[in-house]
Amino acid sequence: MPFIPHTPDETAEMLSVIGVRTLDDLFADIPQQMRPAHFNLPKGLSEAAVCGYFENLAARNRTEMVSFLGAGFYAHKIPAAVDALSSRSEFYTAYTPYQAECSQGTLQAIFEYQTAVCRLLDMDCANASVYDGGSALFEACMTAVRVSRRKLIVVDECVNPIWRVQLGTYTSDLDVDVRVVPQRNGTSDKQALMAAVTDQCAAVVVQNPNFFGVVDDFSELFAHARSKKALGVISVYPVMQSVLKTPGEMGADIAVAEGQSLGQPLGFGGPYLGIMACRKEHIRQFPGRIAGRTQDLDGKTGYVLTLQAREQHIRRAKATSNICSNQALCALRSLIYLSLMGPQGLAQVAEHNMALARYAVERLTALRGVTLLNTAPYGNEVALRLPIPAEKVVNTLISYNCVPGFPVSRYYNFMDDVLLLACTENNTRQQIGFLAETIGGLL
Amino acid sequence: MKTIFAKSVSGRHAENLVLEPEENAPRTADMLPAELLRKQPPRLPECSELDVVRHFTALSRRNYSVDANFYPLGSCTMKYNPKFTEQVAGLPGFTRLHPMLAQLGRGAACVQGALQVLYDAERWLCELTGMKAFTLQPMAGANGEFTGVKLIAAYHKARGRKRTKMLIPDSAHGTNPASAVLAGFEIVNIESRDGMVDPQALARAIAEHPDDVAGLMMTCPNTLGLMETHLAEIVEELRKVDALLYYDGANMNAIMGKMRVGDVGFDVVHLNVHKTLSTPHGGGGPGAGPVGVSERLVPYLPAPRVERREDDSYRVNFDLPQSIGYIGPFYGSFAVLAKALAYMMRLGGNGLTRASEYAVLNANYLRKRLEDVLDIPFDRICAHEFVASAPEGLRALDIAKGLLDRGIHAPTIYFPLIVKECLMAEPTETESKETLDEYVDALRDIVAEGREHPEKLAAAPQTLPVRRLDETAAARNMILTEDMA
Amino acid sequence: MSNPADLLYSSSHEWVKIQGEEAVVGITHFAQESLGDITYVDLPAVGDSVSADSDFGSVESVKAASDLISPVSGEVVAVNEALADAPEKINADAFGDGWLIKVKLSGKPEGLMDAATYEEHCKNEQH
Repeated sequence: MPFIPHTPDETAEMLSVIGVRTLDDLFADIPQQMRPAHFNLPKGLSEAAVCGYFENLAARNRTEMVSFLGAGFYAHKIPAAVDALSSRSEFYTAYTPYQAECSQGTLQAIFEYQTAVCRLLDMDCANASVYDGGSALFEACMTAVRVSRRKLIVVDECVNPIWRVQLGTYTSDLDVDVRVVPQRNGTSDKQALMAAVTDQCAAVVVQNPNFFGVVDDFSELFAHARSKKALGVISVYPVMQSVLKTPGEMGADIAVAEGQSLGQPLGFGGPYLGIMACRKEHIRQFPGRIAGRTQDLDGKTGYVLTLQAREQHIRRAKATSNICSNQALCALRSLIYLSLMGPQGLAQVAEHNMALARYAVERLTALRGVTLLNTAPYGNEVALRLPIPAEKVVNTLISYNCVPGFPVSRYYNFMDDVLLLACTENNTRQQIGFLAETIGGLL
Repeated sequence: MKTIFAKSVSGRHAENLVLEPEENAPRTADMLPAELLRKQPPRLPECSELDVVRHFTALSRRNYSVDANFYPLGSCTMKYNPKFTEQVAGLPGFTRLHPMLAQLGRGAACVQGALQVLYDAERWLCELTGMKAFTLQPMAGANGEFTGVKLIAAYHKARGRKRTKMLIPDSAHGTNPASAVLAGFEIVNIESRDGMVDPQALARAIAEHPDDVAGLMMTCPNTLGLMETHLAEIVEELRKVDALLYYDGANMNAIMGKMRVGDVGFDVVHLNVHKTLSTPHGGGGPGAGPVGVSERLVPYLPAPRVERREDDSYRVNFDLPQSIGYIGPFYGSFAVLAKALAYMMRLGGNGLTRASEYAVLNANYLRKRLEDVLDIPFDRICAHEFVASAPEGLRALDIAKGLLDRGIHAPTIYFPLIVKECLMAEPTETESKETLDEYVDALRDIVAEGREHPEKLAAAPQTLPVRRLDETAAARNMILTEDMA
Repeated sequence: MSNPADLLYSSSHEWVKIQGEEAVVGITHFAQESLGDITYVDLPAVGDSVSADSDFGSVESVKAASDLISPVSGEVVAVNEALADAPEKINADAFGDGWLIKVKLSGKPEGLMDAATYEEHCKNEQH
């Protein structure tokens, strides 16, 4: 019996201690008419057979393709030490650090993660993480609703559409209104955003770089929001944050991010990491776990989960959120990643990838009919207008073993010819040359 | 222990994922205007790779874990996490896949293996629970609960009615009311009788809120470790008013192969795969909280759904007009779901049934052997876990800390709220009889110590990196980062 | 500790001291004792209105959180600012330094208990 240690003698002895005859006697509270109608699951397999099944399926996925697909989720390299350290089973087979004295490893790691997040984003406080970038955005909006006691959330259409759909789903049964301010050519319509932030508004939500790769500064918008007592919420790309103006410098109240780029594999969609940070005055309305530093009976420094009176296990229906776990292991991976990279290593990745994106723009805009969607500054991702539908280009290039990017028409109207292309350290100038030549052949 | 920031040395480097920029390569300052750049680099650690490896290895040694310690944390199902599941989930054929590739025309052909993993996982979960379909999107148990109650809201909305009340027993996990509120419901508390949902209290609540009860959220067996014996009556009461029945899967490890929630009348169920299906807890996540539904809720499931075509190929379908939307960004925590599927395939139907049988055997054996050590409020066969109270004069907290000193993780304490000085233990099927016997001996020793030298027990733990920590000071002083000190 | 005779009490363990047109509101000694070490108090701002039997804030300890239910209706004219940095004042002196808000009354408070009735109420609650 896999993973069950009992010998027949032990089982018999235990049954007799309990005072029943068979294992099934322990289930007498489930009457016969409630037993399974059928339970047609296959027989168990050997470890090797199960591994074989998965190896076979893994081999049916094409991972050797040249890819410029990003759209909020990026193929960054991950140092081997991230896997090696996060694979220590003292980390991954532990649970929630409710018993602080025997969980100092996990707790200190959360404290260090919170510190790293705050330093990267220039914010005061962070929580121990939530599920992903989309749920982080929702939780940020609800924090703003509680802080401001208002119901209107103004969202820039340049925020990643996937997270906007999540936000819409999560708020659909709540007394909250989400108003989307349309984008203009892949850039934020700042005037319309300013106008939408009235004294009825709980939060204004933007993204930097935005979904189209545009790098912006929202200082004025956030100052305006503050004058209306609304909160400024910004979603960022953590790797680029090593060089870009920070949420703190812009005067944001809450900063969130999809933390996948910090040491999590793309992994076909998860698990990912929802990063959340805020100004100190909002921490009491923040969701999720938070670690804090304190002292033990002997005055020795230690760490605990703190401010728990906000959480569901104490406040139940009145909790700031229903979340009870965090993405602890993913947060640990991002902390290890950031510790290995350091400020210099991370900035070097950002710089390298921005340079590659510029090379891609140079090569692609040299093709007839290919132009930049706009002239705004961009990071490692950029939107291009093609002379033919982007979906067609993507579909054709996939047969050449190349994913040229994301056709934004999936989420935006009147943008059939717009391709969103991202460069990471997994790409090379040779690959960009191949991309330009192949697209050139289609035009 | 010093933090990684305290170990940082200015100018030290570990990892360079990219080569130094070439001489003629553009620099950041050339590529973006200065007003879009941060003024100072972030003060991240500056360490060598060995510094980082030593630091995190040292941190890992300051944790209890299933691999090193018996961990009978009630309602958490801390069973052994088989190693081969880590291996299959880590195959590069999965880890390197961009999730959006599946959505790009011919891109779906490039991810057929991954889609089949999701499809097969859903089929297994359906047969395990008797539900019609599953969404794998929810990223944890609480996220699954939220999804489930939103599906209930969608069901009533589609019938043109606004129902505002969700019924929740007083023994429920705090996430139940918190999740229901997020789906727009008001909570009506149902008082337990003899530790069970009382069908009369339920009928009264339904009568008090005519045409306004959306559903009932149940944990079964409940958080006291007791199998609900009035299930049939409960289902009948709810059916009368077309209210739906929600199954909180936290305690699913007690019933695999013995009862399928779909067969007995539940409409929606969330599973905690990190509990029942043995995926690691990761120190608090990531988990996964797939949600199963009966036929009448299928149209509202989150988008997209993974489907199999007649030619045995797989696709993701976004064309679901009645769907509640996206709960997660893609198809769920893929790596976690892959581990759960690997575990199910390894055990098979018989193995899963046996897992529940032995989980319940272990819990009852412990309960019986602890009868003369702790106060056991319910003298009857329990499910996979049971509650006990600290004996008169002793505190559950002190007993928990005493266990830590003996190398054993404490059970869940002070939950459920309706049991005083509660210690809730869930041994799981993967623990041997010797381990259980050692646990009994340790508790016996602790209770004796608590009676003879209460000051000594109150001072536990003494053998860990820190002694009891001042939580009040932590909440008042709020040192949440190195820079708030 | 005895409940001062010059105060009125609510069933949700707030006390009220009527001073002409105004009333000072706090939580009782019994309430602070059942909460344990108080770590945070959330109070309304001066100028906010409060109404009898409605929430006007909350108190938190490490393991519990409790809503504050206003025993009176009116406008908040003062808030005990010292509690922001020293919530422990409520534990130390619930009926004095640990006061919460001062309210300009919009009507006569109703349904409150005197000290003796409140003591009885607490006894019943402990059982």
